[in-house]
Amino acid sequence: MNAPINEADLHAWADGQLGTERRAHVEAWLAGHPEARALAEGWREQNRALHRAYDHVLDQPVPARLLEVARRRGGWLPRFSPMRAAAVVGWLALGGVAGYVAGHRAPAAPVQASLPRQAALAHLVYTPEVRHPVEVGADQEAHLAAWLSKRLGAPLKPPALGEAGYALVGGRLLPGEDVKGGGPVAQFMYQEASGRRLTLYVRNDAEKRTDDVAFRFAQEGKVGVFYWIDGPFGYALSGELAREELLRVATVVYKQSKP
Amino acid sequence: MAMDPAALSTHIPSLRRYARALTGDPQRADDLVQDTLERALRKGSLWRAGSDLRAWLFTLMHNLRVNDLRADKGITFPGDEALPEIPSPPTQQDRLALRDLDRALARLPVEQREVLLLVGLEDLSYGEAAKVLGVPIGTIMSRLSRGRERLRALLEGGPAAESLRVVK
Repeated sequence: MNAPINEADLHAWADGQLGTERRAHVEAWLAGHPEARALAEGWREQNRALHRAYDHVLDQPVPARLLEVARRRGGWLPRFSPMRAAAVVGWLALGGVAGYVAGHRAPAAPVQASLPRQAALAHLVYTPEVRHPVEVGADQEAHLAAWLSKRLGAPLKPPALGEAGYALVGGRLLPGEDVKGGGPVAQFMYQEASGRRLTLYVRNDAEKRTDDVAFRFAQEGKVGVFYWIDGPFGYALSGELAREELLRVATVVYKQSKP
Repeated sequence: MAMDPAALSTHIPSLRRYARALTGDPQRADDLVQDTLERALRKGSLWRAGSDLRAWLFTLMHNLRVNDLRADKGITFPGDEALPEIPSPPTQQDRLALRDLDRALARLPVEQREVLLLVGLEDLSYGEAAKVLGVPIGTIMSRLSRGRERLRALLEGGPAAESLRVVK
């Protein structure tokens, strides 16, 4: 049964925090209550205004003194390892370059511009992980799919890449950090028999996209990224391997992601 | 479980954005972020592995800010005359929007501002925001309601309207 609509529902609607069923119920109710609808839309517009005003901070290079903190303290952390350090260094180098580029590009960069960059950053941070590469492992695949679908607000499951030679390791939830804000992002990790890893970065672009975007390729440092927008999601497949090889896997992902 | 510097680094941009909007001043914002990172590394053993690192960092930042206020060296907010220059404003229109929002946010009680930003800018769920700020979820909802109404009134240039009682 559907409980009566209250103000908290309207906030949750504006903030995208309703489940699918409740959202449909609230939207049906709003259709008949234009004043309440205008109010809730105004709240949603406030959120967008906050993003417009403050998202530029995400594209600024991180000041050295803040990066120093992590580096300085990193040395004596019990879990510190050379691999982890390499990941940080890679991240910093890439972040610096990305920040520089971001500072010099046209202000109204297309929505999808941040997709390959963010995907490559996340790839570099998590693929070297030995003990904690993912939050939820492939042994709980059904739970992983349900959880990430709920958080991203649309049905999502990790594609099976067995035919391309890659097995699912698992997945994790990441903060959305593209220039337009955006909700949480899913990252699935895959591994080949040799131990080489790929990551598939998926974010919900339903509110931002204008059209589906065909396959594109970006080279972010040593990480190659194929990315595209299809249905509600933006996808980015990242790996440190030859472009043709990555394209072969991306094609498998693409076929499976078709509704 | 000690803090992982790589994981920590990924959250710096988001922490900076939140602090920037919260304090209205880039310099203070980065001071607050730096204090937060240092505390995170000191208290890394208190972080429960598997829980949301970003939410925990917001919690540390909130506690630091509250302690700062108690120590009376607290964060102050610039008035209309002392609005900061923006290092890399995307467009003129965004610059104006930023100035308007900085002004309006500075006029909100900090409790309302925190909720508005954690939810509206940083996309925390109401439950996460409640944990970060250490208050019940009902308090989050009432601060959100009052904050949004006040922000609307401020941005429209009118007097803060009566608190709305929306729907039965």
